[in-house]
Amino acid sequence: MSGFVIEMRNISKIYPNGTIANNNVNFSLKKGEIHALLGENGAGKSTLMHILYGMIRPTKGEIFIKDKLVEINSPLDSLKHEIGMVHQHFMLIPSMNLAENLILGDERSKNGLINKKEIIKNANEFGKKYNFNIDFSQLVRDVSVGVCQKIEILKALYRGAKILILDEPTAVLTPQETKELFVELKKLKKDGHSIVFISHKLNEVKELCDRLTIMNSSKSVGVYNVSDLSVKKISEKMIGREVELDFEVPEKKLGKSILKVRNLIYFNKLGKKKLDNISFDVREGQILGIAAVEGNGASHLLETLAGLRKDYSGEIFISGVNVNKLSIKEIRKQGLRYVPADRMKDGVIKDETIYNNLIVDRLEEGEFIKHWLIDFKEIKSFARSKVKEFFIKCKDENSEIGSLSGGNIQKVVIAREFDNNPKLLIINQPTRGIDIGAAELIRKKMVDLKQSDSGILLHSADLQELMQVCDSIIILYKGEIVGYVEEPKKVKPEDLGYYMLGVKKDTDVSGVINE
Amino acid sequence: MNKKLKVEIIRTLIALSIAFTILVVIVSLISDNPLEALYNLFLGPISSKRNFGNVIEKTIPLIFTGLAVSLIFSSNNFNLASEGAFYFGGVMALVLCFTINVPSIIFWIILIIVSATVGAIIVGLPGYLKNKTEASEIVSSIMLNSIMFLLGTYILVYYFKPANSRAVSSADFPDKYLMPNIIAGTRVHFGLFLAIFAVLLIYLLMFKTKLGYKIRMTGKNSNFAKVMGINVSLVLLLTQLIGGALAGIGGAVHTLGVFDNFTSNRSPGYGWDGIIVAVLARNNPLYVPLAAFFVAYLKTGAAIMTRRSDVPAEIILVIQAIIILLIISKNLISKIEFKILISGKLDDGGAS
Ligand SMILES: Nc1ncnc2c1ncn2[C@@H]1O[C@H](COP(=O)(O)OP(=O)(O)O)[C@@H](O)[C@H]1O
Repeated sequence: MSGFVIEMRNISKIYPNGTIANNNVNFSLKKGEIHALLGENGAGKSTLMHILYGMIRPTKGEIFIKDKLVEINSPLDSLKHEIGMVHQHFMLIPSMNLAENLILGDERSKNGLINKKEIIKNANEFGKKYNFNIDFSQLVRDVSVGVCQKIEILKALYRGAKILILDEPTAVLTPQETKELFVELKKLKKDGHSIVFISHKLNEVKELCDRLTIMNSSKSVGVYNVSDLSVKKISEKMIGREVELDFEVPEKKLGKSILKVRNLIYFNKLGKKKLDNISFDVREGQILGIAAVEGNGASHLLETLAGLRKDYSGEIFISGVNVNKLSIKEIRKQGLRYVPADRMKDGVIKDETIYNNLIVDRLEEGEFIKHWLIDFKEIKSFARSKVKEFFIKCKDENSEIGSLSGGNIQKVVIAREFDNNPKLLIINQPTRGIDIGAAELIRKKMVDLKQSDSGILLHSADLQELMQVCDSIIILYKGEIVGYVEEPKKVKPEDLGYYMLGVKKDTDVSGVINE
Repeated sequence: MNKKLKVEIIRTLIALSIAFTILVVIVSLISDNPLEALYNLFLGPISSKRNFGNVIEKTIPLIFTGLAVSLIFSSNNFNLASEGAFYFGGVMALVLCFTINVPSIIFWIILIIVSATVGAIIVGLPGYLKNKTEASEIVSSIMLNSIMFLLGTYILVYYFKPANSRAVSSADFPDKYLMPNIIAGTRVHFGLFLAIFAVLLIYLLMFKTKLGYKIRMTGKNSNFAKVMGINVSLVLLLTQLIGGALAGIGGAVHTLGVFDNFTSNRSPGYGWDGIIVAVLARNNPLYVPLAAFFVAYLKTGAAIMTRRSDVPAEIILVIQAIIILLIISKNLISKIEFKILISGKLDDGGAS
């Protein structure tokens, strides 16, 4: 007996396009443990877990469950082995109530009929059994993401899962919701459940988990007891060198407003109000943070400011120029740069070289052009200097973006957008899912830009990050600014959480306007 | 050599060998004398100077349409109106031949400008419609091709067919307007130089200019292009206009390079064949001449085979279709490619 409920041995997975997502990975899970799976985006964590869950077949390797060699060909198979998975993207039906979603696909009903009252009652009881305090009669679309997360976990339990795979469950939660979730997970662990916890937040891993496996570029770097490693040590193992997690953000005198937003209102296609009368300023030398739970308008706001949509009312001024009617190209000419949340979709061209991903703006300004033709020699030497400056790990500047790790891809985006003294940066989730080394570099570069008088508007789901680098923070809830924290150093993450959950609301947030 | 290129070459070779195997099987089944049929198909084109001249003569229009389609495809747009533009380039040659009287050299310059403009308009139309109404450019361009063909026939019959002629064709073009022949004993004409010039020009455009950069970036990720402030719809429109101009010029040059007069069925589908050329060349202008030569060779071989044996030339259409399918179905012949891509990349599994 090995004592493992799950053992994955020498797992390799190569996707049809040639991407090696897992390269001889070993992974094991003990009964009654919470096991963290760490590694930056693209390291191969999801692939490994999807193999365990039966969603994809490994190219090579064996899976043992309770010491028996098994084949898992579908999620149904994995369920037979009491494995359940909760994905990052919820698979719930918004127009149904929580109880119906709980039993969806598993209606143990008599003669095909479903009694609404009865299933709600049963669901409430089921929730209590696991210490989840939820009112199951609510509709999915009316509850917060935190509750959706819990329903997903309960769904897996309802189907008999004893082994839970949680893919970044806390990525979109407030500190309060995270705390609640952890209490519930620890209870599950005590009851004999085993949990795989995929996360990027090392503090949480330290608090919750027993062991951890680190993945890097499709390989497993090692398995450790969490108690043997400090957060600092974990991050060093992840990136293979020392990191400096804390750095001082120097005080800076704020200059004049570089971005003025006034009475911004936006309705989405379904007629739902996504941005509700938003007004604020970003000033030279300022990093203004936006804290918000996903779905509360932060991304809408940032996309609108980047010029991606025009069907809003209200006014946006960049360096005093009204940009409502300007094209994205013209807005960028005003000095705007934008780091989109989804870097693979909007931030880079995956099957292009690093140098071609770096030069759009400079080409537009007429640089690198000699006798009408593009001077690739000069471009490549420019790209080489950026690769060096941002420590982009790659073969050379001719490497394809797709061959880089998540952190290095993001560095390419940052290298392009932070180039050439931008006046205003709109930055959405710059460090989501990337290794700590890259995240640290990006934060430092943001502070550098601030020092050279750029204004920065930063949205991040990582509250620690916001509190570390921002001069002040606004909080969005249901599309509205509900709070303004002038000095983040003086508050705790929980304080932001109350605003983000809509529990707390300032009546006067005019402090964020600089007239 | 870089692995991607290697994979593409192997994919092409595999596609070709599968297609030719199927060809051999079909010919063996339907022909009384399959060896002779295959001999004519594969070796016919090099059996005489005249036959080889036919190959080159067909290569010229295929270079033009292949370039047009490559350019349009690289912006990830599937406008297929190059066929209509090519045909109408020919119609423009017809119209100008009988309406203006100028020295040859001036005529050719005017012809190129006019056929380019008309081609650009024809290919630009589906693009414009898509921009304004979101009509699928595939559907509208295919329908437009039929319209252009019938319109061309109308122009021929009502304005340029001699009243006493029974064939649906124009009078002979004035000699001074014909493209000069460059190889005696064949119909290889001056258009070859124009085609090669076009290849270089489009290569420079695609890989050395700002517009080309924007075209390629838009084609590979239009979201990215948009976010970066590239005017995506303008880039797409320009691409289609340039592609149309190329196809139009190709049609005009071909008509005056090869024929003595204009008959209504003068487009043997060079616009469509431009698609297979582009697919074989992977949209790279520098590979277009090679791909065009290959397709021209097959077409010539097929024509010779029909003349000298009992196998119909249409079989080559089947083969072309199979080749396209095999090349664009990325996963169909992926096992071997897969092995190349991953060769040496996995650690070996002994380390447990
Ligand atoms: N379906 C797929 N086809 C091809 N490549 C994929 C697919 N899914 C993931 N990948 C690639 O495999 C690698 C590992 O991805 P993933 O397992 O999602 O990592 P993680 O979960 O650690 O972010 C990445 O390079 C990703 O781009």
